[in-house]
Parts: sequence; structure tokens; C-alpha cells
Amino acid sequence: MILPLRTSPLPAASKLEVHGLDVTLAGNGHSIAVLRNVDLAVAAGELICVLGPSGCGKTTLLQVLGGFLAPTRGAVLIDGEPVTRPDPRRIFVFQERGLFPWLTAAENIGFGLEKLPRGERQARVAHYVELVGLVGFERAFPHELSGGMKQRVEVARALAMNPDVLFLDEPFGALDSITRLTLRRELLRIWEAERKTIVFVTHDIEESIQLADRIVVMSQRPATVRRVVEVDIPHPRDLSSRRYLELRDGIGAEIGLAHRV
Amino acid sequence: MSERKGLTAGFDLLPFCGIAVLVAAWSLGIRLRPGSLLPGPLAVARAIAELAANGLLWKHLVASLFRVTWGYLAAVLVAVPAGIALGSTRRPDQAIGPLLEILRPISPLAWIPLAILWLGVGDQAAIAIIFLASFLPLALTVKNTVRRIPRVHLQAADNFGLTAWSRASKVVLPAIAPQLIVGLRLTMGIAWLVVVAAEMIAVNSGLGFLVIDARNAGNRYDLVVAGMVLIGLVGLGLDTVVLRLERLPALRWAYAQAGSRR
Repeated sequence: MILPLRTSPLPAASKLEVHGLDVTLAGNGHSIAVLRNVDLAVAAGELICVLGPSGCGKTTLLQVLGGFLAPTRGAVLIDGEPVTRPDPRRIFVFQERGLFPWLTAAENIGFGLEKLPRGERQARVAHYVELVGLVGFERAFPHELSGGMKQRVEVARALAMNPDVLFLDEPFGALDSITRLTLRRELLRIWEAERKTIVFVTHDIEESIQLADRIVVMSQRPATVRRVVEVDIPHPRDLSSRRYLELRDGIGAEIGLAHRV
Repeated sequence: MSERKGLTAGFDLLPFCGIAVLVAAWSLGIRLRPGSLLPGPLAVARAIAELAANGLLWKHLVASLFRVTWGYLAAVLVAVPAGIALGSTRRPDQAIGPLLEILRPISPLAWIPLAILWLGVGDQAAIAIIFLASFLPLALTVKNTVRRIPRVHLQAADNFGLTAWSRASKVVLPAIAPQLIVGLRLTMGIAWLVVVAAEMIAVNSGLGFLVIDARNAGNRYDLVVAGMVLIGLVGLGLDTVVLRLERLPALRWAYAQAGSRR
């Protein structure tokens, strides 16, 4: 059987480029090769998923892209400039635990905006509160919100900075499956509206097919890019369409999963 | 548990049970062994009234509070920034950390001879000892609490492009606030313990001096116990003041997260 996967061509012009990236982390007296020779190119305004098994080094890759971790070898370029440190133009979205528990939802969303004049800051916070559907919860503290709502605040906080690039590290991983589906749809809606470049890390095959136009399939550690798969289904995607199921099974086989439980 | 606050119960007597039992046992003991040097509760109450009447109570109280206030405030002002700095960096902590760990187990009272040598008998020596006694535990508490701030909060601060100052004031300080309040409270307790001890040796005023002087100048044990009672009451008062801080609305999240409420 021929796998029904199409390897995606490289984008013509890229916002973000990764060249020959190696990351070796020092463990207890020995070093662990986490990433080996990773190459990647992401187009401006693209939503790309990085898919791989747990512990393969996806999060490490995202930490390097975000400037939190220096690569052992190779380079990350954004707009042609090497990434050396975190930058407010490129916001990292953690799982819900990234919110500041001592600030209300609105204060969290406005956290990075203190340089703006007060009126503008309030307007921007109000805009994103509405965009992520949290009207009425502005003054709630994170501990008063559900996991899904916290995640919305987290996304709004990132968007309010008006970044070029968003890095999402398994943002919906801790949520129940219904909330996950809703938030994926919301993310696509927001992405259509704002057209940010989004790098979305996940270990969920279906999540990656629902969201991305291209999926970067990673290998086990030390992780390399096995293949970049093109998702040739128009939005909104039909989760029971033949093509969707083909892609799901094809990527599963690529990762080495059997089709039966 | 049916500990409802009844509509009829006006005043809860339970907190006074222990005190009542102690006072009863005390006066019974005095009655069974007359001629003891230890005065009874009534004599102590009279001694407190006497101190209040001749103004000595206020003089000693103000002297003790003055020393605690300055020694403690100075320690807080230095220890909190120092703890944050040591907790946020690796190399300065590696350089200074072991020194602090060696200094910490030395009882603050062991510094009294050196304090007198350098600063003379007086307020300065007492304040310096309170400073030392408060500084070390507070700085180490702050440092260790800063180390335990979740990494995502610090990464978010870096990602949002905060300056070092806003990072400390808008992320680090709020993140450690609940633990900081606990540390401030414990340290206040230490400061009060130490001022009384320091006053027994290094100065000639204050509640600690009152206790030691009443014994030395004529075995006035009623004044000794009166001083002890006053020390306990003032310590309780100081603790209550700092405890108020724990109820600040800005700290509600800490208790909510720990799951102790709601």
C-alpha cells in the first residue's frame, strides 16, 4: 500500500527558518542529544503543527524557537535575524498554568501592555476579551476559571501583545476532549481574523490534522524531522471525510502506530 | 462538627480557658506554699498597675518597640531585595550562600559581646542584634521562595520584555508574597524574642531590662512576672498586626490554590 501522504514543498518565502539545529542537554553527568539536524521553514501567516511522541523534544524545539534555550549547533532565523533571546514580538503560550494567579483575567491580558496609554490599553484588553469569548469574566481570578477559560485568557494575553509569531506548546493538552474541540475551532477563527504565524506543538495526530495546513512529523529522540505532511483539506474540515481518515492513518503509520487498539 | 455561631452566643470564652486554668493553678500553688518568693496573680496585677501609674511601663515599652521597629524594618528593607537578588541569580548565590548558611545557626545573642565592643552599650547595639537576628532567616526564606517560582511565570516575564525592575516588582514580588508574609511574621517573632534578651545585657531600658533589673535590684519578683506578662501581650499584639497582612485580598489566590478555601 502506498501511504496517502504528500510531502509538502518548502514555502516560497519564510518567516521563520531553522537550519541544522542540534540541541544537546546536560543531564546528571552525561549529555542527552535531544534534537539532531532539524531543518524547518514556516511561511508568514501560516499555522504549522509540530507533531511527535511525548518526550521527543518538541517542547525543546519550541523553547529554542522562542529564544529561551540556545541551540548547541545551528541557527533559528526570524525575518532573517538570528533568535538569541525571548522577544515580545514572538509570544510563547504555555499551558493554562502560565497565567499569573494574582492578577484578574483582564489584568493578565493587559500584563504586557503597560507602556500603552491607559485608554488604549483598556480598549485592547476589551477587544481580546471579546475575541476569546470571556465577556463577563474580566474580573475573575484564574482560580475562579475553568481550564478552558484559563486557556482562552492565555491566548488573549499573547494576542494582546500583537506579536508576529505565536508559539503554542500543547496548549489544549490538559483539557477535556469537548473543550479541546471547541478551542481548536476558536483558534482557527482567531487565526483567520489575525493571521499570525503560529507554531503549534502537539502529540495529538487528529489535532494536527484539524488545525494545520502542514504538519512537521518528528521522530523519537534524538528528534529529527521525518517528514512535512501537507493537509490538503479545505476549512472547515470534515472529521469523517475519507481524506481526513487517510491522513490520520497515514501519519499514524509514519510515526509507527498500528491501526488497531 | 456543629460549631455554628449561635445568635445567642455573644462572646466566645474558649480562648481564655487555658489562661484561666493557669491563673487558678498559680494562685492555688501560692496559697499552698506561703512565703514563696514567687508572687501571686493579684500581686502581679498590682505590679502592672504600679508600672502604669509611675510611667515606667510606657518608658520600657516604647524603648523596646523603638528598637524592634528599627532593627526589624532595616532587616526587611535589606533582606527582601537581597533575597530576591540571590534567588534570581546563580553565581552571587554560590559565592554568598555558604557564608549565610554558616552565620545562620549562630544565635543572635552570641553577637552581643561584639555588638557592645563595636557599638557600645546602648540602642545601637540592641538594634544591630535585632537586625542580624531578623535579616538572615528572612533573606534565606525569600531566596528559597524565589527559587520555587514556577518557571513559566519567569519565562512569561522575559517573553513580555520586562525590565529587571518590573520583573522583580510585577512578577517576582507578587509570586512570593504569600510566603513572604509568613516569613515576615516568623521573623517578627524572632525580633521580639531577641530584643528582650538583648535588653537584659546591652542596654538599661526596655521590657527585658525591666525583668532583669527587678530581680537584681531587690528581688521584686512581682515586677519580674509583670514584665513577662507584658512581653507576652505585646508579642501577641505584634503578631496580630502582621497576621492582618495575610488577609489582604491581593493574597487570596494563594489560599485558593492551596485548596484550603472554596
